[in-house]
Amino acid sequence: MLEVKGVNSAYGRAHILYDLSLSAKRGEVVVLLGRNGAGKSTTLKTLIGLVRPLAGEISFDGRRIERLEPYQIARLGLGYVPEERRIFTDLSVMENLEVGRQAPRAGAPQWTPAKLFRLFPNLAGMRERPGARMSGGEQQMLTIARTLMGNPSAILLDEPSEGLAPVIVEQMAKTILELKQEGLCVLLSEQNLHFANLVADRAYIIEKGHIRYQGTMAELAADGQVRATYLSV
Amino acid sequence: MQYAPSRLGRGNALPGTPQQKSIEPHLSLSAFLVQLLNGLASASSLFLVAAGLSIIFGVTRIVNFAHGSLYMLGTYIAYSLVKVFGGGMLGFWGGVLCAGIAVGLFGALVERLLLRRLYHAPELLQLLATFALVLIIRDFALWTWGAEDLLGPRAPGLGGAIDIAGRQFPEYDLLLIALGPLVLGLLWLLLTRTRWGTLVRAATEDREMAGALGVNQAWLFTSVFALGSFLAGLGGAIQIPREPAVLTMDLTILSDVFVVVVVGGMGSIPGAFLAAVIIGVLKAMCIGIGIGNVSALGIDFSFSKLTLVVEFIVMAVVLVIRPWGLLGRQQSIPRGAASVEPPLYLPPPALLKGLAAALLMLALLPLFSDRYTLVLLTDILVFALFAVSLHFIMGPAGMHSFGHAAYFGLGAYAAALLFKHAVPMEAALLLAPLVGGLGALVFGWFCVRLSGVYLAMLTLAFAQIAWSVVYQWDAFTGGSNGLVGIWPANWLASKTAFYYLALALCAGGVILLWRIVFSPFGYALRAGRDSPLRADAIGIDVRRQQWLGFALAGVLAGLAGAVHAFSKGSISPDTLSIPRSVDGLVMVLMGGIQTLTGAVAGAALFTWLQDSIARQTEFWRALLGGIILFLVLAFPQGIAGFIRERWDARKDAE
Amino acid sequence: MTETIVLRVSNLSKSYGGVQAVNAVSFSLASGELLALIGPNGAGKTTCFNLLNGQIAADSGSTEFEGRSLIGLKPRQIWRLGVGRTFQITATFASMTVRENVQTALLNFHGRLNSLVSLAERLYVDEAIELLARVGIAEQAARPCAVLAYGDLKRVELAIALANRPRLLLMDEPTAGMAPRERAALMRLTAELARASAIAVLFTEHDMDVVFAHADRVIVLNRGCIIAEGKPAEVRANREVQQVYLGSGSLFGAEHA
Repeated sequence: MLEVKGVNSAYGRAHILYDLSLSAKRGEVVVLLGRNGAGKSTTLKTLIGLVRPLAGEISFDGRRIERLEPYQIARLGLGYVPEERRIFTDLSVMENLEVGRQAPRAGAPQWTPAKLFRLFPNLAGMRERPGARMSGGEQQMLTIARTLMGNPSAILLDEPSEGLAPVIVEQMAKTILELKQEGLCVLLSEQNLHFANLVADRAYIIEKGHIRYQGTMAELAADGQVRATYLSV
Repeated sequence: MQYAPSRLGRGNALPGTPQQKSIEPHLSLSAFLVQLLNGLASASSLFLVAAGLSIIFGVTRIVNFAHGSLYMLGTYIAYSLVKVFGGGMLGFWGGVLCAGIAVGLFGALVERLLLRRLYHAPELLQLLATFALVLIIRDFALWTWGAEDLLGPRAPGLGGAIDIAGRQFPEYDLLLIALGPLVLGLLWLLLTRTRWGTLVRAATEDREMAGALGVNQAWLFTSVFALGSFLAGLGGAIQIPREPAVLTMDLTILSDVFVVVVVGGMGSIPGAFLAAVIIGVLKAMCIGIGIGNVSALGIDFSFSKLTLVVEFIVMAVVLVIRPWGLLGRQQSIPRGAASVEPPLYLPPPALLKGLAAALLMLALLPLFSDRYTLVLLTDILVFALFAVSLHFIMGPAGMHSFGHAAYFGLGAYAAALLFKHAVPMEAALLLAPLVGGLGALVFGWFCVRLSGVYLAMLTLAFAQIAWSVVYQWDAFTGGSNGLVGIWPANWLASKTAFYYLALALCAGGVILLWRIVFSPFGYALRAGRDSPLRADAIGIDVRRQQWLGFALAGVLAGLAGAVHAFSKGSISPDTLSIPRSVDGLVMVLMGGIQTLTGAVAGAALFTWLQDSIARQTEFWRALLGGIILFLVLAFPQGIAGFIRERWDARKDAE
Repeated sequence: MTETIVLRVSNLSKSYGGVQAVNAVSFSLASGELLALIGPNGAGKTTCFNLLNGQIAADSGSTEFEGRSLIGLKPRQIWRLGVGRTFQITATFASMTVRENVQTALLNFHGRLNSLVSLAERLYVDEAIELLARVGIAEQAARPCAVLAYGDLKRVELAIALANRPRLLLMDEPTAGMAPRERAALMRLTAELARASAIAVLFTEHDMDVVFAHADRVIVLNRGCIIAEGKPAEVRANREVQQVYLGSGSLFGAEHA
């Protein structure tokens, strides 16, 4: 579904990603682990086109996307949920969903506001509420719902558990597993290993822009050495 | 350099006012009513233009300096179209509408061909590009329509007047009164009831995120530019029966529109409407009241002065009570736009030696140069200090000023007026900067309450007010003729002696400002720019520091102005006009805002360029605009920034 | 340790458009004590913080720092009294080096901020280095803040916050965005500083590993009201807290129980 080969990215003069390669399959939840500044967010931003890679190939659904604009990549069915949520605070819940809306896509689950309100019951009661008057947890639900309105076949989640109460994080984990059930490919970045353990099938560990480790969650759990070296736990 | 408008700025003396019809000593009820309606009619056009500016800024984050030029194009094109189509019902309204559409298409074209290339450049460069368009459009209008004022025909069927409480009121103006609310309603529906409007509001808040959700920004930007330009063009076109097409209307409307946008609240369309109505009506009322104050100096003078004061008072009161405008909200910091300034290191010994050598060279130059070169060099020194004082508040203090010439001009006028009132030249030269500083202290008190583009617009509005006062106060400032015969003392009369004076004062001023950047005060300014939140948390009164910084820059800009006045022997209102302010911006940005020395390099290059091309062609503005566009596209980081980038790249390669 | 009350908050309330963001909150804090303020998103933690540091004005109630009322004071006046702050998202002066960041705070503390002629870079150098050494990043003093790793930036913030020799530190999510080991290290450092210099620390946090390991006492807010207060273990065992905030416990380690 998503295949990254030898990608290098930079912000201005700061080189962030070095020969990064990874892949994710349909119906799979893959987690990118690493500390702040390791390059997790940059990886996701490069995939969605917000950062243009200096070199390397990115294929999505069999198409090369590394030279496309973000809106073109999004229209191919790759959804992006940013760090810090970035919902439109002036717009109501329904209007936020409208911005994300795209035409249905073959081979991807279809979403309507009604279906999303079943997935996020909290949002159903606040359709006309402006984003500015929602709590952090509600905003996190909305930002995911908004991306799903584009009927993506894969989504990128940047630190979905950051700054959320443990109860909300547990709900978030449940939601991600439901999306997996729907057949979505999910690539998320995380620092919270507890959370990653709840949702992910496979993990990549990134440090200073290099992939240092890849394996299933079970393999990672068994490898105390790797966890101690790269994740500082 | 002749920037001066050929006639009185129309934006300040309300067009079509019934002053001729109703001169009476007292403001009767009927006069009050007529003035009220008259104000509402002016408000409509002002609202259209302001709404267009606000929408364009919201989505693209470009402060479109050329917005006033689009308004002017609307007036001229409508004038020509109505002439071609004939003055019939269809001809007139068809012409007005087609003018709006033509300007809308032109705006879309500008966005696609020019601005699109600049979306990744720093915001201020985009602004510079739009100012280049102002210059080019001005000369295009001069070339196409000539310098004469052109008054369009009356609207068919609406040429008459109706009787309101015994007074005549033009029918056409009644139509305009209805047009404002109509456009407001349509815009509101468009923005809240259509998908396009939802996307525009989303992109206004976070355009990068909208893009990541599949919204095609390029298309959105073009359409927004087309709509905003259409509104500006239409706002101009509907003026043809009321106001003649004049070449200077671009900048006069621009400052009015900036005031409306600041008062109404950036990004708020209803706010723009409310502010347009308040300002339109109050200005009209003042003309009404002003009738009671007819002085020996002439009606025009008295009226204009009052209208200026009222605009100022409205803005001041609104900003004190609601810093974000009547219906505005605190600006969110646009995502991805915040650029991190590199650390500022004390200059290494090599650079200090280089600067000392340059200074020595400047000191020796009179031995080898002719008179003409010395005059040009004096100009360069003056503008280097002017540019460095602007850079001081834009760079380290992070306050973007679009109206810095106000303080340059105040210094120049103070020097000239003191000299004219028998103060010795030396004393005038020393006192004048304080007047510049005093002006900066007063204007700055309001400005530092705002930030970002709000602050910038307010500085421009203040500069325009200062310009208007100087321009119209004939008895004191000499009005549009300016003041002549401001010559230096005898011992400074030779060009060489004056050059040394300019060198001492200007280089001294530049060095002083550079030094202050590295002082605790300079650190406090940078702290306030880098993170107001953190600065506040370590007990820094950011607003007070900015205010003092603003005043300090005003003092040194005033010094530059005073030296300029004595070097030229005469001054005109040009010294504090908007184009002069923009000259300063061009110098700072050409040099590169991130380096201290950039402003000096930019000032030297710009002053030399202007001097050499002004002698080449009548259409020097368009040529200058073209050069600015070229520089903006070729060196988006400025010259000093470009050199530094090359330097860094070479170091990386090693 | 002598138990001097540094901060006393009584009946603090604030509402926005009819919603009671903070509702009659009362607590006190002793010198050298680490008090954690936890609760669901939107429970009023941030509002509570901003009320204390003077960014917003309370509707009613009082806050007293060392016996002086803080009501009506501006953030910078509260700083003058001896209250330091760190932010959830780091806020440092990016155009300055690490040392200059601390020096700027020191310049203001010593009342030298309006000097126009002295070279700021050469003032209070030793004192700045000393503060940086206390948080363990003296060797990075000459680097620009913009290139520092996130965990180190958090330490710079702490050094800046210590410049006015505070008796109370307000830390908003001090470990947000850090790796687990860095989190533990930063909080250990904070606790050491608090105890060594008798600084009272009030912090908000979502990482329960951090809270349970380092807080002396925990207050739980929900919908603007305090629903629980006590030792970490007591709060952790509280049913209501588990229901509205902690969840099933799958998201934090068991070792601190």
